[in-house]
Amino acid sequence: MRSFRPLLALLLLAPLSVVAAEIAVEGERQPLNIPAIVMFLAFVAGTLGITYWAARQTKSAAQFYTAGGGITGFQNGLAIAGDYMSAASFLGISGLVYLSGFDGLIYSIGFLVGWPVILFLIAEPLRNLGKFTFADVASFRLAQTEIRIFAASGSLATVSFYLIAQMVGAGKLIELLFGLPYAWAVVIVGVLMIVYVTFGGMIATTWVQIIKAVLLLSGATFMAGAVLWRYGFSPEALFADAVRVHEAGQAIMAPGGLITDPVSAISLGIALMFGTAGLPHILMRFFTVSDAKEARKSVFYATGFIGYFYILTFVIGFGAIVLVMNNPGYFDASGLIGGTNMAAIHLSDAVGGPYFLGFISAVAFATILAVVSGLTLAGASAISHDLYASVIKGGKANEQDEIRVSKISVVALGLVAMGLGILFEQQNIAFMVGLAFAIAASANFPIIFLSIFWSKLTTRGALYGGVIGLVSALTLVILGPSVWVKVIGFAEPIFPYDYPALFSVTAAFVATWFFSVTDHSAREKIDRAGFEAQFIRAQTGIGATTAAAH
Amino acid sequence: MAGPDLLAIRANPKFVRLVEERRSFGVRLTVIMLAIYFGFVMVVAFAPWIFAIRLGEGVMTLGIPVGLAVIISAFVLTGVYVRRANAEFDSLTRDIVKESV
Repeated sequence: MRSFRPLLALLLLAPLSVVAAEIAVEGERQPLNIPAIVMFLAFVAGTLGITYWAARQTKSAAQFYTAGGGITGFQNGLAIAGDYMSAASFLGISGLVYLSGFDGLIYSIGFLVGWPVILFLIAEPLRNLGKFTFADVASFRLAQTEIRIFAASGSLATVSFYLIAQMVGAGKLIELLFGLPYAWAVVIVGVLMIVYVTFGGMIATTWVQIIKAVLLLSGATFMAGAVLWRYGFSPEALFADAVRVHEAGQAIMAPGGLITDPVSAISLGIALMFGTAGLPHILMRFFTVSDAKEARKSVFYATGFIGYFYILTFVIGFGAIVLVMNNPGYFDASGLIGGTNMAAIHLSDAVGGPYFLGFISAVAFATILAVVSGLTLAGASAISHDLYASVIKGGKANEQDEIRVSKISVVALGLVAMGLGILFEQQNIAFMVGLAFAIAASANFPIIFLSIFWSKLTTRGALYGGVIGLVSALTLVILGPSVWVKVIGFAEPIFPYDYPALFSVTAAFVATWFFSVTDHSAREKIDRAGFEAQFIRAQTGIGATTAAAH
Repeated sequence: MAGPDLLAIRANPKFVRLVEERRSFGVRLTVIMLAIYFGFVMVVAFAPWIFAIRLGEGVMTLGIPVGLAVIISAFVLTGVYVRRANAEFDSLTRDIVKESV
């Protein structure tokens, strides 16, 4: 069954790795891009300055993990947007609009609609119950050891796949944009990320994300504005010109056969919605604000920024059609230089010249740094807070030891990410972001959601359900088209869909329900008895961790 | 938290109201968002010609304003929630916390 056009299907959940794949095929290393490097160095100098400042304030575990809960809702909204708007959404979605017009909008919308649902259902209870990691929430009334180990595994699996995909994409992208060798690019990203996170913890990570969000939104606003300005701010005039230039003509103004069967459509929707609500680095951001009210405002601002950004990428994609597509300077024998994902980059040159091109390239680099820093901090917290402090030390770890373990974990994760990034240079890793979303939706989300809302959830139910969700997501992705056919090389997939979420999330919820209601262990009574107190705290915030006073 | 506190809060009619109203409001907004999103995707999957209908004389099609409206609706719905939560739910919560000590 062919549910999605293969290229587009890849782009959807793994846009950055598609950037990677395409660049590997089509791109050559560019000559050293001096303006881009200068602007990037300015960004690095600025963010290292902030890291120095942040390091002087980061003394306690709360400051390291969550910036002491002192981030405002508006700042956190920007940081969430900075964490979520990857280079993939910027280059991948504008490239998709360039290629097929309207279809790009379908992707953007899928990535956006998870946010309101997060707000309506889990943002406030999450803030009221959690401290540093989402495992705090999941293990609030359940057995600490088992749930922490499982939640940390789910976090690490999600973070690892996401991180490897980002590293490989980063290497390819930077090789192309800056003319730096692939391995250097991976090492630069890895080292900077380690420095930001080990020294500056969440404070530095947050500010890197905020600055990147502001740069990306301003750059994209300028580009979209410059495009619309040429058409007297008349979208109709822009679209009319695009229809004239694009070989598909009027077809770019309508859906182009991207989604044709309902199972894939629903499965994709579930992966994006519940996956977003199960990404550890996103969930962690909710603990950086002082209370439920600020958590709520964060999502409001984040939704606004992310939605606005997707509207901009749509205009940018159409801008690239009219300003790049008929300019032979941006093409070589094999087509658009660097592949269609470079459409936005070429457009920045078309509207702003080489210096603006340098600026946008530097922003793309900064974007990657912001995303990988958030991921690494979330992964390190799972190791130090959940595994070390809560499981190994039984909740009695010395705070400074815990921070030290966290920093060591950051370095270790960074080294592993660099190593795997270099190792996977020539591999097809397009499935990895999809896999990260599938695991987040099937293993992390059900346990969070049910532990908050379902009084009959027990430790046994959560564990069995979580493991079944994790294993089924992993298995179905491996047996599906993106790994079984595209990576391993079999002719036909065993599982026909690219997105297993509909099946694996359902399996996780059903298994959690079944193993909870049939649970008659001694632990079961404790689990259920704990719900009342948890529920009151989740609803009112009484007893919730408050902002650090200093 | 001490035990008696819990019982008092649980029995507080304001707590019952907060929980019920927030839950039904959240669920209602979630259903609206899901209906908008899956409605959009289902038109794309089953009746893409609807989004290809041209508006007026130009090239503009129905799909583009509808797509934009979906994006804006996500933002507006979060705004609707935050507005009510900041006023009504927060003041209820404050009362409950005050009455519990």
